[in-house]
Formats: sequence, structure tokens, C-alpha cells
Amino acid sequence: MVTPNFFWTVCKSSFTVGLIGLTISDRVASIVPVRGFSMSPTFNPHESTSLGLFTDDHVLVEKRCLTDYKFSHGDVVVFCSPSSYKEKHIKRITAMPGDWISVPYSYDTVKIPEGHCWVEGDNPTNSMDSRSFGPIPLGLIRGRVTHILWPPQRVGKIDRKFPQSGLAF
Amino acid sequence: MKCLGEEYMINLKLLRTIFYNMSLFQQWAFLVKEALDKSFLVAKFFCAIHVTDTYLFSTALVHGPSMLPTFNLNGEIVLLDRISTRYGKVGPGDVIIIRSPESPRKVVTKRIIGMEGDTVTYVVDPQNSDITKTIVVPKGHIWVEGDNIYNTYDSRNFGPVPYGLLQGKVFWKIWPTSAFGSIARRPQTVDPALKVME
Repeated sequence: MVTPNFFWTVCKSSFTVGLIGLTISDRVASIVPVRGFSMSPTFNPHESTSLGLFTDDHVLVEKRCLTDYKFSHGDVVVFCSPSSYKEKHIKRITAMPGDWISVPYSYDTVKIPEGHCWVEGDNPTNSMDSRSFGPIPLGLIRGRVTHILWPPQRVGKIDRKFPQSGLAF
Repeated sequence: MKCLGEEYMINLKLLRTIFYNMSLFQQWAFLVKEALDKSFLVAKFFCAIHVTDTYLFSTALVHGPSMLPTFNLNGEIVLLDRISTRYGKVGPGDVIIIRSPESPRKVVTKRIIGMEGDTVTYVVDPQNSDITKTIVVPKGHIWVEGDNIYNTYDSRNFGPVPYGLLQGKVFWKIWPTSAFGSIARRPQTVDPALKVME
């Protein structure tokens, strides 16, 4: 008589905890691992180390910014890839709507349309970003990265770096 | 009914005597615990609402001229299904809600005309000419159009929409009650010369 009652209590509590955890990770903040080297040296600075869940950088992604979509230059954001919505990428915003971007290796300048932004990885040699798929709508953004939480020697806030190359003004 | 009322009064009196016999600290601790329990209950309720709204079903108010005659001008409340968009189970003919690519705080209702890889032929400017253009929808994007092609701002203006902007699929109308029912898979044709009846 004790065992089914206990099992039911455990079920109820884990369901409640799950519900609350899901709401907090959707509305407040969540922790995600960073895979790949497109954001070196900000995340995963050492290319040669073997990769696993314990050596990846883990960052805090805050979701409060999704209520009004107010982003600015230099924000590191998590967004759904425009070519396959199930993948999420982490890159830095380098241009906001209305800015002009000069596309590298060509003489074009692109004006960022209303409601879009230009994202680039900090490691330009190894990054699939707006230079390949163009400006992305701000609606694809799923959160803003504010702090690194792992590894312990690099715990700290992410700085807003202003872009040095590519912007016409 | 009278018995229940009496029992309730007796319980209340008992609680009151117990309460007044507790020390001040115990009273305070009891009240704090009650407040925490109630607020925890409210928080759990809010979390349940949020999870249902984001992952299962949601409601939305559809208004504006771009989806006439499927949805009327003043506004209709519809039920959204969030499960099919999460698993990619939408196709041409579905009415969907997307976050506008031009202003991320706005959500708009449109109908899917083509999925990735489809070839879409559309009339560029129906009010002024009959010129059509044909494009292939790129990978990971969808082509959406409003049912009322004479008064809509859709993929013909802002291009194919990345799939990640989809918020949900509209599958049922719940208000006004005269419009209660499912959504047609094809837009009914609208003749600009006719006055549209609500």
C-alpha cells in the first residue's frame, strides 16, 4: 500500500518540477553547450583539444530579450538556422536594420532590411554565418548569451565587441 | 447542506482556537507557510498554462483584410496547433501563423502556398497587371500568401520565409460562433468587383 502511493507522489513531483523547469528555461534563462569553433576565442578557444560534453563551453542564454526583440551591435545570440530550423547556431550580431554591410570578396554593399540582422562568428575563417546565408530575420533569434558558466577558469560576462571590418558606416 | 455548514463552522472555530493558542512566532510561521503554499499553487498553474500554450495549443485573434474571405475583417478567434509546426507536419493549403520577418514583435496569419523545393508561380501585382513570376522556394523556407491577393503583404513582398518563424497552424475557428468550424484547405476565390459579404 505504501509503494504505489510513493510512486504516485514521485510522479507528481517530477511532473511539477519538469513543468516549472521548462517554463523557466523558456522565459528566463537556460544553459546550453557551445559546439564548434566558429566563435573562438570567445567560446571554445582551443581547436586542438578533443571535444566532448565536459570540454565544451557552457553558456547562459537569457530569454527575457524575446519579449521585445531589442538587440544591439555586439550581442551574441542563439538563433535557428534559416536553412534548417531544427539546428541552432550561436553567433554575434554585427549589423542591425538600416546598416550597410560590405560583402567580403566582392564589391557589393548590402543594406540590412527592416527586421533583420547580420550575424558573424568571431572566428571568420571557420564560421557559417550571414556571409553565406545573408541577413536573418530577428524573429529567428531564440536567446541572448550573457555569461560563460563552464569551464571555471573562463567564467564571466560576455563583452559586446564592436565589429572592425565589413561595416561601411 | 445544513450539516456541512455546521461542520465547516466547527472546523473554523477549532482552527481559530488552535491559532490563538500558538505563540506569536508559530502564528507567523503558519501564515508564511500558507502564503507560500498558495503562491506555489499559482506558480504551478501559470507554468502549466505556459507549457500548454507554447507546446500544445494556443489561441489567437486574426484580424485584417489579408485573409478575406476565409477570415472576416473585424476579427475571429482561432485555435492554433503548435505540435505540427514543431515536427514539420505542415504543407501547402494550411493556414499558419508566422512571426513577421519585417517586425519581429508582430505575428501574421497567412496560407502556405509552397514548401522548400516547390516551384511557385505568383502574380506580382494583381491590381495593376497580369505579370507572373516563377521561383523555387529555397531550402528551409516556405512561401506564404494571403487569401485576399488584392490587399495582402506576404511573400510577394518580403520573400520566402524561413521555417523557424512559424508559430503554429490554425485549425479551428472558435469565435464568432457563426463562424465556428474548421478552416478550408483552399482559399475561396475573391472577385474584386463583388462586395465581400461578412
